[in-house]
Amino acid sequence: MDDGDQIVKKFMYMNRKTPYGTIYALESLEVVLIAAAFDQDVSLVFADDGVYQLMKDQSTEEIGMKNFSPTYSALGDYDIKKIYIEKESLDERGLSLDDLQDLKYEDEDDDWAEKDSIHLVSRDELAEVIDQQDVVFSF
Amino acid sequence: MAMLHTVNKSPFEKNSLESCLRLAKAGSAVLLTEDGVVGAMKGTKHSKDVADAMANISFYVLGPDLKARGLSENNVAEGIKVVDYSGFVDLAAEHESVQAWL
Repeated sequence: MDDGDQIVKKFMYMNRKTPYGTIYALESLEVVLIAAAFDQDVSLVFADDGVYQLMKDQSTEEIGMKNFSPTYSALGDYDIKKIYIEKESLDERGLSLDDLQDLKYEDEDDDWAEKDSIHLVSRDELAEVIDQQDVVFSF
Repeated sequence: MAMLHTVNKSPFEKNSLESCLRLAKAGSAVLLTEDGVVGAMKGTKHSKDVADAMANISFYVLGPDLKARGLSENNVAEGIKVVDYSGFVDLAAEHESVQAWL
């Protein structure tokens, strides 16, 4: 793909861990926000325990850690509009999309209409999306 | 003597809970902390293993770790008691020894 002089690649960030037990979730989010400045084709995946990163109502005061979950709602402002959630990962955990944050972006090509960033995909569909990437970063 | 077992890893990522349940003796207690709290939730792939073990092991889960992860106490499996940090201390004091499954 060619965007003027700049080469645009498809970058995927694969999130597979719970938010607070390790530093991976927070590190991924920071890398994503930095990478967003480079105008690439970015997508995020939340699969396996990664789906817990997007849980609503996280409250970390008692564990003395920063609650970084509100930052996910800013991804739309960074032009990150493709967030894939693997359905089977939710099912195995007794969760549904209702348990997760509702992430949106404003579409500049459609009079700034608010649209869903989250795409619920099956394992097979996710495999397809992964296959189309130039680079996949694992967290 | 009764032992307190603590598990701080998600059963989806590590087999710590599985090993703990396999080796914990009847009459002992299991406290789920940090990512281990995932194992306390209703309706997961691992709920049945915990429910089966409840016949002769008592289960506890650390409330602050549930809250941090946005996991509601209402969705904790029947029979698992939610404790706070002082409850954790009480459990450690009440049991002969503590075994941490990492």
